[in-house]
Amino acid sequence: MNQQALTLPAHAAADPGVLPGYYAILRRELLLAMRSRGEAVQPAVFFVIVASLFPLGVGADTQLLTRIAPGVVWVCGLLAALLSLSRLFNSDYLDGTLEQLLLSPYALPALVAAKICAHWLTTGLPLSLIAPLLGLQFGLDGGELWLMVITLLLGTPLLSMIGAIAAALTLGARGSSVLIALLVLPLYVPVLIFGAGAVEASLSGVDYSGHLALLGAGTLLGIVFVPFVAAAALRISLD
Amino acid sequence: MLEVRELACRRGDAELFRDLDFQVAAGEALLVRGANGSGKTSLLRILCGLSSPHAGAVYWQGRRVAPLDRELRSSSIYLGHTAPLKDDLTVMENLDFALRLGGDQPGMESQLAALDSVGLFTRRHLRARQLSAGQRRRVGMARMLLADRPVWLLDEPGTALDAKGVKLFEGALETHLRKGGLAVITTHHDLDIDAPWREIVLQ
Repeated sequence: MNQQALTLPAHAAADPGVLPGYYAILRRELLLAMRSRGEAVQPAVFFVIVASLFPLGVGADTQLLTRIAPGVVWVCGLLAALLSLSRLFNSDYLDGTLEQLLLSPYALPALVAAKICAHWLTTGLPLSLIAPLLGLQFGLDGGELWLMVITLLLGTPLLSMIGAIAAALTLGARGSSVLIALLVLPLYVPVLIFGAGAVEASLSGVDYSGHLALLGAGTLLGIVFVPFVAAAALRISLD
Repeated sequence: MLEVRELACRRGDAELFRDLDFQVAAGEALLVRGANGSGKTSLLRILCGLSSPHAGAVYWQGRRVAPLDRELRSSSIYLGHTAPLKDDLTVMENLDFALRLGGDQPGMESQLAALDSVGLFTRRHLRARQLSAGQRRRVGMARMLLADRPVWLLDEPGTALDAKGVKLFEGALETHLRKGGLAVITTHHDLDIDAPWREIVLQ
């Protein structure tokens, strides 16, 4: 057996797959969210408070409230998701664990995907689940409430993913939380239009399946491409 | 064998070093010295692949490697000047995560043994935020002991360690070199090790 043949199995063994790395990150992120519960529930609390301000400010005109409900809930959702973005990579960057992520033998996009997934599980998912409570305040009923949850479940992963790219690009920049908002909000516009649009369409009795299809398509595209883009952005930011 | 050829590094407009050539063979340690800001950390970051060099290249086992080359990534361990720990996790959780992320999965027994050998056994359920700087270093040392990587890239490993900690580190380094590992270490202190080592000074 020659030298080449001897070294080949070592190469093969060097490919560790991606799942153990993915689960390691996901587990750590969720554990960290459990440990700092106060911080973890901030987006949800923000969401509820801001959305509750509208009935106070606009007045108790139920018809008006019902008409603006989809837009208000979605905009508040966007802002709440935005709130937690600057922390997504920044704390890892500051304590040096981000460097270890890049140096891990696992493929970086898989690790980034785990971070994004954990971000959605701790922001997008709770926001989607408490949205019906806010919808009730605005006088939405059964069908629209469900539709609201579905649009949020379809759209919020895209918010986390777009946000992850921006967070990775602005890593270490001064005033990065404002910078992220400036970068991300324009990109959130399509998500807002189709998310809130679906509920509005349903309110006015129009077919909304196209809205849902587009939201779902956007999220699927994001799942495929975003981890690679965000991973590349992280490599550049750390260079 | 880890080798660099005609390596140059710039940070902004400033040139930190250029035409740097050296080889580190298996079983050998290279100490990198130089004044503050002479590019020691930048050199280590280039070696581990986090930064790309301005010119020149890194060679691992005779093969020219791009930054973040996977083979070099899975054969090396890099410890920067801050210990990469999550403040809200315990010592054990931090160690376990670091090992999993590195693709190493030693059992609980060996993790406990490693923590014992770096003197953190009784502190293993403490949150990392409650550790002193030296204790944080020791968690990194426990990972080095368990991960079993041939290449150690260490930035100021002696910082914040007490005399006993430094002895512990030197012992670990000797064992590592004797097993055929290699190490590149930036340091301001002399190392008292019974193994072949050389030093380069960055101007």
